[in-house]
Amino acid sequence: MPLLAEEVKSRIETAEPGIAMKVFRNSILLEKPEDLLRAAAFLKSAPDFRMDYLASVTAVDYLKYLESVYHLYSIEKKTGPVVLRVRVPRKDPRIPSLVGLYRGAELQERENYDLFGIVYEGHPDLRRLFLWETFEGHPLRKDYVQEDSEVLEAADIEWLDRHGISSPKEVRQHALELRKQGKRAVAEKDGKEGA
Amino acid sequence: MNLTKNISSVCDRLKGELMKEGVFLTTLTQLYNWGRRSSVWPLQFGLACCAIEMIAAACARFDIARFGSELFRASPRQADLMIISGTVTKKMAPAVVRLYNQMPEPKYLITMGACAIAGGPFIDGYNVLRGIDRYLPVDVHLPGCPPRPEALLYGLMELQKKIDSQTIEGAEWYRKGLKREFPVPELGPYGLVPKYNPEVWQPRAQDSRKQKYGLPILTGKKDKAPELETAPAA
Repeated sequence: MPLLAEEVKSRIETAEPGIAMKVFRNSILLEKPEDLLRAAAFLKSAPDFRMDYLASVTAVDYLKYLESVYHLYSIEKKTGPVVLRVRVPRKDPRIPSLVGLYRGAELQERENYDLFGIVYEGHPDLRRLFLWETFEGHPLRKDYVQEDSEVLEAADIEWLDRHGISSPKEVRQHALELRKQGKRAVAEKDGKEGA
Repeated sequence: MNLTKNISSVCDRLKGELMKEGVFLTTLTQLYNWGRRSSVWPLQFGLACCAIEMIAAACARFDIARFGSELFRASPRQADLMIISGTVTKKMAPAVVRLYNQMPEPKYLITMGACAIAGGPFIDGYNVLRGIDRYLPVDVHLPGCPPRPEALLYGLMELQKKIDSQTIEGAEWYRKGLKREFPVPELGPYGLVPKYNPEVWQPRAQDSRKQKYGLPILTGKKDKAPELETAPAA
């Protein structure tokens, strides 16, 4: 049974004054990220909500800002979801972590950190989840530039030389030229390569 | 590939007649290949959903044991065949190449499913290798998404044909100075380093997808996002 966001919002407002909120699409947008912990703690403990299950922590890149979306359910009351949204700037995005309240947020926050670069403050172990430690960038952000996997770069040529593998002359030449121009071989939308 | 070069010069009818008299005539190569092809032991590992079909092929209904391949070995040291069953992610690719290197000669490799052959539906992804043939030599490509267990059996039969076509004197794994250890790629800052092994695989001169379908590759930056508050709710 879904809850109406307007009702939830007014309940939060009376119980925890000072949290700026906006309702759209039956979801509650918290204007300030630092209010998230208070709102979630209220929803978890309030006797007529008892939102004891955090089903998902996801993130969206809206180009102007990043958004983290939380879906809360109540197993006890068999209600939900209550959708909370938090917006942060794309540069230096920081959101308080919900791991203290919901242990299940741990891996999902790590996933969002991995793919969107959102830093969840207070997370006990914020490392990349899917990608490796030395990976650069956050691939689900819309401005992520993907490598062109058909074109070898200077680093590849160096690696091949170190392992005694021959590579065609033109490929080698092209990689050196790219390095001279300070470019990476990247995939562009129209299929052309360039920086 | 010449699949029939090992047929002996003694005709089959004469052989059949002799067999009735209790004389079994064969060549060393035929005997050797019969033994090898009738006990191809695959490496027991699955990467994605194709592995489920591989498991089905090993179960009673399809029964890969009819072809002598029921012994899925959990160690690469005891395996002859590697079935790449599923998507090879860039993070997994070094492990796959290392496992192949650890298998003893002679060894064979089947790529099972579209993902293992060329990346499949994930070809444009930042995280998926566009086919294991970038690093390893493939003996049988098995298309499908996923291929049915019968298709895996057919792929195995094709591999048996290939095994049959090899000879002891021509076998490359008995040659001196054979380079069969493939370097393990490293995890770099944007993907794998190197992107492919040019001694094993090289890109085509033209992007065949673009040539065939006229579609551009959509892997670049995205510059559109909806305005949630103003857009009408679904």
